[in-house]
Amino acid sequence: MLKIINPGLSTSIQDLGRPGYFHLGIPMSGAMDRFALRAANMLVGNPEDAAGLEAVFMGPEIEFTQDAIVAVTGADLPAKIDGDIREPWTSFEVRKGQVLKFDYLKGGARAYIAISGGIATEPNLGSRATYPIGALGGIDGRALIAGDTVPVGDQGSTARAGRRIADDLRRGPGTPARLRVLPGLYWHRLTEAAGQGFFDDEWTVAAEADRMGYRFKGGRKLEFVEREQPFGAGADPSNIVDGCYSYGSIQVPGGTEPIVLHRDAVSGGGYFTLGAIISADMDLIGQLQPHTPVKFEKVDMPTALAARADRKAMLQRMRQELG
Amino acid sequence: MAQILSSLPGTFYMKPAPDQDPYKVKGDSVEVGDTIALVEVMKTFVEIKAESAGTFARYVAEDGKPVTAGAVLAELED
Repeated sequence: MLKIINPGLSTSIQDLGRPGYFHLGIPMSGAMDRFALRAANMLVGNPEDAAGLEAVFMGPEIEFTQDAIVAVTGADLPAKIDGDIREPWTSFEVRKGQVLKFDYLKGGARAYIAISGGIATEPNLGSRATYPIGALGGIDGRALIAGDTVPVGDQGSTARAGRRIADDLRRGPGTPARLRVLPGLYWHRLTEAAGQGFFDDEWTVAAEADRMGYRFKGGRKLEFVEREQPFGAGADPSNIVDGCYSYGSIQVPGGTEPIVLHRDAVSGGGYFTLGAIISADMDLIGQLQPHTPVKFEKVDMPTALAARADRKAMLQRMRQELG
Repeated sequence: MAQILSSLPGTFYMKPAPDQDPYKVKGDSVEVGDTIALVEVMKTFVEIKAESAGTFARYVAEDGKPVTAGAVLAELED
């Protein structure tokens, strides 16, 4: 069991998510950087879809009531046991009674903490992922608070300290972060100059960036092709007759600040979406701090699929190297 | 000289509200746990508290500007 002494800013139980209900308005949730969560689980001998903790910007303080193997991946948020730093992306031992703490964030945004045995809260709709707005998953459907006790499952026989993920497999965003975009169904709504400007401009992550969506600012306002708004669509040119949103889709309300929908996003609404971030780059968004510079890069479907295959190949190499 | 660091990235504020005075001014005594500043991130204002006691010297970060985690926000005199 884990005793939460201090939850940090926002620490939630997440697994790989709750797919299959988006058409009913229930988002997939799960880790924003699923690559990092898979890696953390592999390091401690868990199934890759086991539930762990996602800590944003600040680490929690956790007392262990049992021995465990732990790994921290994703953001560079140094873990400490009894004041001693533990290597990131490397499994380490925590003994019963010890307290896991964290130093200040040095890079990235979200750290993933896997515990051997995995977190064993009651799943909702097939997942332990916390979705606070829908009160699903986690503990009572919310992020952790001080005083929570978190159940942990029985650890697998392969859990051991000292396993390490190679440096070149520790995937994270560069500076500026490069996010690849596949233009979508509503691309024709933008003028050619506006479409070009979107990719030419440097954007920065706005303060309003969370598990629902990441907002970007600093680029030029988008101009739309003139039209008479169809029946049912709002008056602003960025409005459409309500449609479906995909994971990763980019809406630009009023043409000013693009918002990328992420794991806890709504599934539909009345804004046009200019395209979507390719699936392989969604993990990187989870590691962006506010004020980080970002460039959007236009790609086609074969490039997006190749990037997806590359990400898969990195995970496969990780599995083989950890054996 | 003790420094007070930001525990998270965000926007730094030295006042509890725009129309109020800064939390501390030069010469104020600082106790462990005193709130020194706010850092706003993800629509949340997080209080930054002193981890050592002393006499307040100055704010180092600029009001309303972005700070990184680990950035020096303020300094205490010994």
